[in-house]
Amino acid sequence: MESNIGPTEQLRLRFGEDIFIEQETKDSIVSLWLPLDKLKVVLLFVKTELPKPFQFFYDLTAIDERSRKKDPLYPSTYFTLVYHLFSFERNDFLRLKVALTGEYPVVPTAIHLWANANWYEREVYDMFGIKFEGHPHLKRILMPLTWEGYPLRKEHPARATEMGSFQLWDDKMDREQAALQFKPEEWGLARHSEDSDFMFLNIGPQHPGTHGVLRIVLQLDGEDIVDAVPDIGFHHRGAEKMAERQSWHTYIPYTDRIDYLGGVINNLAYLLSVENLAGIKVPPRAQVIRVMMCEFFRISSHLVWFGTFAQDVGQLSPVFYMFTDRERVFDVVEAICGDRMHPNWFRIGGVAQDLPIGWETLVKKFIDYFPVKLKEYDKLVLRNTLFKARTVGIGIFTQDEAIEWGVTGAGLRACGLEWDFRKKRPYSGYEMFDFDIPTGNHGDCYDRATVRVEEMRQSLRIIEQCMKNMPEGPYKSDHHLATPPIKKNTLKDIETLITHFLGVTWGPVIPPGESMICTEAAKGANSYYAISDGNTSPYRMRIRTPSFAHIQMLPYISRGYTVADLLSILGAMDYVLADIDR
Amino acid sequence: MDDAIIHRLWIIAGVLAGLLIVAPGLIWLERRMLALWQDRYGPNRAGPFGLLIVLADTLKLFFKEDWIPPFADKFVFVIAPTIVVVTVLLSFIVVPFAPGVMVSDLNIGILYFLAMSSLGAYSIILGGWASNNKYSLLGAMRGAAQMISYEVFMGLSMMGVVLLSGSFSLNTIVEAQKDMWFIIPQFAGFVIFLIAGIAETHRLPFDIPESESELIAGFHSEYSSMKFGLFFVGEYLGIILISSLTVSLYFGGWLGPDFLPPLLWFCLKTFAFICFFILLRASLPRPRYDQLMEYGWKIMLPIALLNLVVTAGVILMYK
Repeated sequence: MESNIGPTEQLRLRFGEDIFIEQETKDSIVSLWLPLDKLKVVLLFVKTELPKPFQFFYDLTAIDERSRKKDPLYPSTYFTLVYHLFSFERNDFLRLKVALTGEYPVVPTAIHLWANANWYEREVYDMFGIKFEGHPHLKRILMPLTWEGYPLRKEHPARATEMGSFQLWDDKMDREQAALQFKPEEWGLARHSEDSDFMFLNIGPQHPGTHGVLRIVLQLDGEDIVDAVPDIGFHHRGAEKMAERQSWHTYIPYTDRIDYLGGVINNLAYLLSVENLAGIKVPPRAQVIRVMMCEFFRISSHLVWFGTFAQDVGQLSPVFYMFTDRERVFDVVEAICGDRMHPNWFRIGGVAQDLPIGWETLVKKFIDYFPVKLKEYDKLVLRNTLFKARTVGIGIFTQDEAIEWGVTGAGLRACGLEWDFRKKRPYSGYEMFDFDIPTGNHGDCYDRATVRVEEMRQSLRIIEQCMKNMPEGPYKSDHHLATPPIKKNTLKDIETLITHFLGVTWGPVIPPGESMICTEAAKGANSYYAISDGNTSPYRMRIRTPSFAHIQMLPYISRGYTVADLLSILGAMDYVLADIDR
Repeated sequence: MDDAIIHRLWIIAGVLAGLLIVAPGLIWLERRMLALWQDRYGPNRAGPFGLLIVLADTLKLFFKEDWIPPFADKFVFVIAPTIVVVTVLLSFIVVPFAPGVMVSDLNIGILYFLAMSSLGAYSIILGGWASNNKYSLLGAMRGAAQMISYEVFMGLSMMGVVLLSGSFSLNTIVEAQKDMWFIIPQFAGFVIFLIAGIAETHRLPFDIPESESELIAGFHSEYSSMKFGLFFVGEYLGIILISSLTVSLYFGGWLGPDFLPPLLWFCLKTFAFICFFILLRASLPRPRYDQLMEYGWKIMLPIALLNLVVTAGVILMYK
């Protein structure tokens, strides 16, 4: 089989011409519809037999199509299952879509092909009620076990006010409490082995080491971890559901709060998809401003991680120094965006405002200040023998394992794969910047730490280039869908006035289509799969976050280590609960 | 009553009062010092330099609900925190603060101290066990292992000093340092003693029984109010004890140039070590439990033994 032809041709060669229907999408990702009965063999084929296979299971989600405007060309009327696969060798995504019929469809599982399909399938089940045949543990993952209905189905109410007043009758309370009872068997944990009784330790959801409402059930033999089962969903706020009732513009502040340490990096991931759908070209100045702010937030996010990681292994002081430095980042962010952690500052088509007068001085001050501190932290933390003793050789995974489990970001780079979406699939003008991709060799906690620290240096380089080469020009596109629209000509010509009025009151109407652009967020690959049916709000918004995939790997990499090591592993993972649960 | 007994009662009262004032004062000192090293202010509101935070903290501890969890073993749960305070306070009997200012000059002073600190380990084990909480149990387990193993070479490290001075009495040991502090011939012994001492007081980097970020508060997770307060005070008393012993054994105790009274010399030296303890807490991460044990048995113990053998050999040669 030829390897230089595209995946569509290869799939057609193998399975026949009429099996696949190709769909045009704005993001130029190959999107193929295939019948449900072929799903199993096609997935097997693209993972194992296809030359340059799609070995990375990037995302799985579903779309409830039942309230979409009927279109004879659109092949799905009930539910659509969407697989996003990625190939590092091809540097390309593959989108496989399956039309499902019936109210509660059943689909074969893909766990035997990709280990990380497990949680994605559970999420689809939890949110849509789509069952996966052969899944070993198909239970709710984000919603409480006692939840009624499937939240992302269109008939499920989006607001509490649509649900009637909440009453906690005694029987309901008993049911809820009974569901909270811990029975190891339900978690797939045995109580005894041949020669010992296990102890179950419940870490979280309130625990200083989990950095948020994460619960981990540990199966312990002495202090050795036999198994660890993460329990997530405590921070679930239905961000994807909210998108369906927000306008394209008013959804931006919600994205800030997905990876709440990442600030505008989230805005960017969302807006790239939306702008791509709308066909907006962002002017160069806006692009460079965006890149600069994203890199500031990358530094800020990494600083929080660095400090808390040191604290997790028992070092009390660094976190204070690093939070102080983070304040310096926020000084700049605040001066430019007007807010610190969640500035909600990017807009469809550009940014909210032009840079303030004197911004260069602020940025320059930070660029001069920070490298010295980083050097100090190297001495204080990274070169500390005790710190090394706690992190070197702990939580190792190889490149293959990382790909198998959907690891992206610093975790992947620490295993030696030089992969950064900013470099490999540049967006927002990252191709214009000169920076390196730091990598590690061993894939242990220490390497993940050194990679992140080096990334801060690279971010600083990018910021410096932004500062020196900031282009002149508008900070927002003059496209009619850019929001809020430019007001300059509104009082001169009626067409502009109408567009402006509609854009401000209803919000922009984004043309139908779908788009997903993968970005390198502070914690790994982050993307928004935006689906528009030509309305003022998204028809469906799927958020693929890195932390979800990373925390799924926790049991796999923590087995055999001790409780103390678990804290190192968690610390080095760099997750944020809102990024896991959305 | 004869004068000697009255004199001794005065010393006991003085030592007790002094320690019970200094120990809570250390809370303030530690918080301020940590703050200084961590670019913060620390408690600076209540009273001058925030000193009254000590009073506020104590009052708060007294008025907190004294909670004994229903699943705990009540008797042991109550007894455990008192053990740590009692054993540490009793250890101070043998500490020579200044010439004549000493509760009792036992001729087995060092052995007595070792015995007391061994008893102190019970406090952690019993506290963790009686709490009937898995985190506490893990903490207690770690604490027991740590304290027992570090006591082994703590004892051995002190034998060098005993050999040099020919006595177990701390008073004699201090006087034997008139010409030269034992830190010079016994440097290895000093380092081992200090490390073992930190482990004995389970302070960072050896706070493995507590390890905040893993076991929350370890063996005292379930304790509240003054029972928690006792663990807290016990820890600070432990710091003072180890500091004052280090000073007596290796830094000439109360000895010093004449321009300051001996008691003041003793206090100054001890204070320096207390600050060192706090600085350690501000700067070092915590090793893992098994690494700590490995370090103890594979490195510290051989060095302690070697130190003892070499010291004994040298003394035999010159006799």
